[in-house]
Amino acid sequence: MNGVLNRAGIFIVATMVAVLAAMNATDWGFAVHMMIVAAAATLAMAWTLTRTDYAGIATGILPTSDPSLYDDDPVRWGVLATVIWGVAGLAAGLFIALQLAFPVLNLGIEYTSFGRLRPLHTSGVIFAFGGNILIASSLYVVQRTCRARLAFPSLARFVFWGYQLFLVLAASGYLMGITQSREYAEPEWYVDIWLTIVWVAYLTVYIGTIMRRREPHIYVANWFYLSFILTIAMLHIVNNLAIPVSIFGSKSYSLFAGVQDALTQWWYGHNAVAFFLTTPFLAMMYYFVPKQAQRPVYSYRLSIIHFWSLIFIYIWAGPHHLHYTALPDWAQTLGMVFSIILWMPSWGGMINGLMTLNGAWDKIRTDPIIRMMVIAMAFYGMATFEGPMLSIKAVNSLSHYTDWTIGHVHAGALGWNGMISFAAIYYLAPRLWGRQRLYSLRMVNWHFWLATLGIVFYAAAMWVAGIMQGLMWREYGADGYLVYSFAETVAAMHPMYVLRALGGGMYLTGFFILVYNVWMTIKGRERAEAPMSETPHNAAADRPLPHSA
Amino acid sequence: MTSETEGPDGAQGAQATKAAWYSHGRIERNIGLLSVLAFIAVAIGGAVEIAPLFWIDRTIERVEGVRPYTPLELAGRDIYIREGCYTCHSQMIRPFRDEVERYGHYSLAAESMYDHPFQWGSKRTGPDLARVGNRYSDEWHVQHLVDPRSVVPESVMPTYAFLRDRDVAGPDMAAHLRALTREGVPYTQSDIDKANEDLLAQADPNSNPADLQRRYPRAQVRDFDGNPDRTTEMDALVAYLQMLGTLVDFNRVRAEELSQ
Repeated sequence: MNGVLNRAGIFIVATMVAVLAAMNATDWGFAVHMMIVAAAATLAMAWTLTRTDYAGIATGILPTSDPSLYDDDPVRWGVLATVIWGVAGLAAGLFIALQLAFPVLNLGIEYTSFGRLRPLHTSGVIFAFGGNILIASSLYVVQRTCRARLAFPSLARFVFWGYQLFLVLAASGYLMGITQSREYAEPEWYVDIWLTIVWVAYLTVYIGTIMRRREPHIYVANWFYLSFILTIAMLHIVNNLAIPVSIFGSKSYSLFAGVQDALTQWWYGHNAVAFFLTTPFLAMMYYFVPKQAQRPVYSYRLSIIHFWSLIFIYIWAGPHHLHYTALPDWAQTLGMVFSIILWMPSWGGMINGLMTLNGAWDKIRTDPIIRMMVIAMAFYGMATFEGPMLSIKAVNSLSHYTDWTIGHVHAGALGWNGMISFAAIYYLAPRLWGRQRLYSLRMVNWHFWLATLGIVFYAAAMWVAGIMQGLMWREYGADGYLVYSFAETVAAMHPMYVLRALGGGMYLTGFFILVYNVWMTIKGRERAEAPMSETPHNAAADRPLPHSA
Repeated sequence: MTSETEGPDGAQGAQATKAAWYSHGRIERNIGLLSVLAFIAVAIGGAVEIAPLFWIDRTIERVEGVRPYTPLELAGRDIYIREGCYTCHSQMIRPFRDEVERYGHYSLAAESMYDHPFQWGSKRTGPDLARVGNRYSDEWHVQHLVDPRSVVPESVMPTYAFLRDRDVAGPDMAAHLRALTREGVPYTQSDIDKANEDLLAQADPNSNPADLQRRYPRAQVRDFDGNPDRTTEMDALVAYLQMLGTLVDFNRVRAEELSQ
């Protein structure tokens, strides 16, 4: 009973503090945000008070969750959140792609202009879609690989809901123009502080669960998840150092200026790619690929070598975003050298994942989930070859500031992060909701082809657009003058922007198939269709080891 | 691996158990050791690259003319950030023949030494703006922001007509200057005391600019948005755009001053 009252009390205090902050707000965006916080705290309080089993407390008989099963509630919520945010993030992406082709779609109002929607798209896909599948899959994987239930179950629930609040504050802030203008770190100071609290709770749950493990060794997937959680904490805190104008206002000024600020931001920005979009997705690869293929990881030694070299080298690569800028040359060169070296540990991961299919290659033909994993690893390999190439200063002088970069990012994001996440969702859905199999494997196949073709359209259009743009900007005529005005290069982009939107539209259509498939699976339906091979699931064995053992 | 028992690499793990003290088996059985070593591995690169930028003297060139933003320019800069202009416009001219001819002298680190945060950008859907100041008339900027395609038919820029209808007065600019002062921007006490007056005075064609221009050399004082009765967000944004890249007089800078 005390626990219930304490929690309700905390939520009441939080509501009152938020309302007070809203009343004193110096700008209306901050007031809106504080009202969102107040509403969230009120909802949490109402939920706490109404969902409590008072009869159980009175009689001393409380239903306890079954300790012989894994604690999968936060994982289920996380998968649902991934799917919902995924629609929002991808749709925002398609919309801003269309805005670049047809600027009338900016609609003439501030809330729907490209500049405000672009962070909505990037954060929507990276932090909302990606972040949710990472938190959900990490909580699933850490329990299975440790044969132990989650440590601190209520803290794990706080992590899930706290993270959703962070996402709502970030997304609504972008629409209202609340931004630090730091790419992939746009949320303002108070949202950053909130995320820091949630992240520390996440680290606590994660490490706590590993400490409860019933296996002597910490499985390789957990090394990658751990490096993700630790490093994102470091990057997030340092890159968001800022002084707020008022503690009742949304605006802050970043602590560093100019060249130092630029390198701090791109140290963060590139390592958001490294430690948000690479290492934890490699962790997913290290768990889900062996499980789905039912083959052991190809090489234990390779996983050690590529883990340590990847995390050590990646952190140096940031300056390649600032080639030929006012950043001192020594830093640029250092960034380039490490970016090129990075090719090797990156491919180490790809090879270890792909070769895990040794002896199971035939499944590419028969199992559409395996096919998705293989194309994900192939795109990972492609993007991690293209990246080092683009970091070479001579190549970068052409590619920088153009859509080539956008194409490169999407080959990695759509191909690698998207595909491996889809595969994980398809793996998890029947297991989490206790179903025999997915609603339809043939729909997975449709999703696979739509997504793959969509990426091909997208990447090809952006390669052409980027290289054309770069060449037109530097084109000199026989008379020694620049040939093209900037406006002419913008006009030349139009057909490529249309093609890109077409590719993005195909990718989004594929995702809608996933939404339908997952929804039907949760409802317990099975589509009557010719069978395709899928990995059998032994639900009886999916349990933690008893703690008394 | 047919059961749900984890550890596809279990066999190798068992070998590692028997290995020497330096084996990886020690690290992967100790979450504390694994965390500490992983943190050390990821901390080194950033420390080596970023920290020296704060103490190597030549990171920022010493050139005449760079000064903190006036309150009106700062308000305009905040609008530039709010609207996400940096998602399509860079403010960093690279030292290439085509860029220097298209945009002007390549950018110096000194020119953004008071930029909290920096606005170098990463993408040129639109042109670089590092030296856009004084290149177009105020009228052109207002027309372009209200309806970009009326002056540049190929443009894909959103319209920002609403900036004309919003008063910029509202934020307490003294608080903004005070926050920046704490971060090392050299505003004087009188700059802070007069911040809110300065904000309005810079866009007022009838004000006496002498004091403002003494404290902020090369500050442009006039009505920017074509509506002298109000000081709007349009005034602030155009004032910011019109000062970009105008502070350093490159005809007077000697080559050795630019060495980094």
